[in-house]
Amino acid sequence: MQFGLSESQEFLKDSARKFFAGECPSSEIRRLMETDTAYDTALWAKLTDQGYTGIIFPEEYGGVGLGKVELMLLMEEAGRALLPGPFFSTVVLAGSVLDAVGSPAHKKKHLAPICRGEARATVAILEASASWNPRDVQLTAANGKLTGEKLFVSDAAVANFILVVARNGVFIVDAKAPGLKITPMSAMDLTRKLYVVEFKNTPAEELGPLTNLPRAFEVASAAMAAELVGGMQRTLDITVEYAKTRKQFGKPIGMFQAVQHQCADMYLETESSRSAVYYAGWALEENAPDAPVAVSIAKMYASDAGRTVGNRGIQIHGGMGFTWENDLHLYYRRAKASENAFGDATFHRERIASLIIDAPGSVAKSA
Amino acid sequence: MDLRLTAEESAFRDELRAWLAINVPKDWSEWREKPIEESYPYLRAWQRKLHDGKWAAVSWPKNYGGRSATLMQQTLFWEEMARVEAPPMANSLGLGLIGPTIIACGTEAQKKRFIPKILSAEEIWCQGFSEPNAGSDLAGLQMEAKVDGDHYLVNGQKVWTSYGWVGDWCELIVRTDATAAKHKGLTALLVDMKSPGVEVRPLRQMTGESEFSELFFRDVCVPVENVLGKVNDGWNVAMSTLMYERGSYGARLQLTFNRYISRLIELARTVQRNGRPASEDPLIRQKIAQCSAEIEIMRFNQMRAFSRITATGVPGPEGSIQKIFWSELNQRLQQIAQELLGSYGQLLGGDPHAIDNGLWSYAYLRTRGNTIEAGTSEVQRNIIGHFVLGLPRSY
Repeated sequence: MQFGLSESQEFLKDSARKFFAGECPSSEIRRLMETDTAYDTALWAKLTDQGYTGIIFPEEYGGVGLGKVELMLLMEEAGRALLPGPFFSTVVLAGSVLDAVGSPAHKKKHLAPICRGEARATVAILEASASWNPRDVQLTAANGKLTGEKLFVSDAAVANFILVVARNGVFIVDAKAPGLKITPMSAMDLTRKLYVVEFKNTPAEELGPLTNLPRAFEVASAAMAAELVGGMQRTLDITVEYAKTRKQFGKPIGMFQAVQHQCADMYLETESSRSAVYYAGWALEENAPDAPVAVSIAKMYASDAGRTVGNRGIQIHGGMGFTWENDLHLYYRRAKASENAFGDATFHRERIASLIIDAPGSVAKSA
Repeated sequence: MDLRLTAEESAFRDELRAWLAINVPKDWSEWREKPIEESYPYLRAWQRKLHDGKWAAVSWPKNYGGRSATLMQQTLFWEEMARVEAPPMANSLGLGLIGPTIIACGTEAQKKRFIPKILSAEEIWCQGFSEPNAGSDLAGLQMEAKVDGDHYLVNGQKVWTSYGWVGDWCELIVRTDATAAKHKGLTALLVDMKSPGVEVRPLRQMTGESEFSELFFRDVCVPVENVLGKVNDGWNVAMSTLMYERGSYGARLQLTFNRYISRLIELARTVQRNGRPASEDPLIRQKIAQCSAEIEIMRFNQMRAFSRITATGVPGPEGSIQKIFWSELNQRLQQIAQELLGSYGQLLGGDPHAIDNGLWSYAYLRTRGNTIEAGTSEVQRNIIGHFVLGLPRSY
């Protein structure tokens, strides 16, 4: 049994860290967040060159064929750098849905262009109820057409196609389809834009039934938790550095236990989230029976920890932490959006409860 | 990263399983509720049996009676012991902390003299570290040892000594050089608790029991050959002991916590809350889920830490997150039990209305000590702040 990263996993993580540090300095993130879409074609081309757009997808569709643990490592580093734009929406979310739900023909047509870096995509899930429970989806396709509204759709404005979760299956809508209207929503995270997507007799091709959708959402939830881990690590690093250099009462503030112990808690929360995320990645890769629980544990813990690590980091920075020029609020904003995406901690606790309390034989577990 | 068992790990587990199937006592449930003084001979006999099967100290090197088990194999050992609800071993400090320290720091003569009887539970060991004025600031301890010919004369007091009431021998940290800097003048001694001048008084704790003792030493003679490690190097010897303490404990606890949470889920199905089973109450569900998730995360943290130790060879200060994690989690878990059981939660063992014979009221009180014993949460956070994050020393 070995819970450490292999040499090739370490290599992937290190090279991703260096790549993102070079391509996404704070100045670039701030430039992109002021744009309408936070999307940059030059950055996208570089992400493609790295193989990141095809990281977990089969080689027959132009992917790299790596596993879910590798995806967690890549997203952790993307989160550390606060990678802006539609990478998550396209690769992690739409890519996983295509992979899980689509036929080989669909994958050839839609997943392959994603791997090649030629297409951006997203998945429209939430509606007015803002419920992450798929049972609450109302939109229904009829005669190959959709009419209705989806909310909180990430990066829809730069997507070449949108995958739509409906009551009766997952559907593909082309960005140029008639009756499709995309309107920006103004939201906290400035690096990943959200949209209202309206359909009016919009042609929609069926991708497949909902049966395999949960597994795609599990991959996305775990990857979102991985991004949160990266954000926590960056917040911790920035904060520890500040606590070592900022002086009050003639001493570095990190010498005061009230400050130091908050840093220790940030470390504990970050490391514990990381352990949970790596385990979830492994369980997904191996199709382990406890993968659904493991994913919810990771998303639950990282959702809460992402917020509390941000709280502590800003608090330790004092007034500096409350300024626009300090980067911490960029991570804090992202952490709130990510906390909510694919269900917050409360949502996942209920999911865990249903798996360990309600499922037959659950108590016999490991005791 | 590969969380499957290796062939060696599976073989280890299967051999243990087969041995336990034949040898684990069937009547432990009749003994476990009795006072420890009464069940102690039973626990000694059980350890003796484990030792005969070479299972008493799996982590120890083969040439000292162990199996040179890896950390993963040690985890499997505790999992299997928990699975069959095996009794604990009598000499747990000797096996877990002091034996490994003697193997690491002791002379050949000391190893020959002490190790076999630690394994066989013929000699029970206790640990004399804390003093009334030296708790978190352990290096400030004052118990004095002066050379007098071929022995030391020891005077002073120790407190919070586990197994003091039954200890035959004690790993004692004393001050041998009062003029040196406080970490530099300490020495570890191996002390026969039957020496004249040793007085053991039980220390009654808030649960009502006396797990710990106070030790009083008045002109106690300790032969110079009983110095463990080098004279005035006692701080490093003590740290090596404490490292074992923080390293191995978590694996066992995770299984205990899992048993607790499984039992709480069972209870939640029968306890009524607002006219329906508590297991259907959204708040109780949230809390049980949170706790259960944290128990899993404790396991993941442990596995990651073990892999890191296996790769680097030494447990690092990151072990402090484990100590904080399990102790605070145990307190939250017991509070959930209290909320679930309501008025019944307060009932002590022996009360006819008590649930699980008072387990939950006892555990609630006992866990209060978890964030204090084996290094307070505050000390653990200092360790993380300074040694892991590189912040300036705060004390």
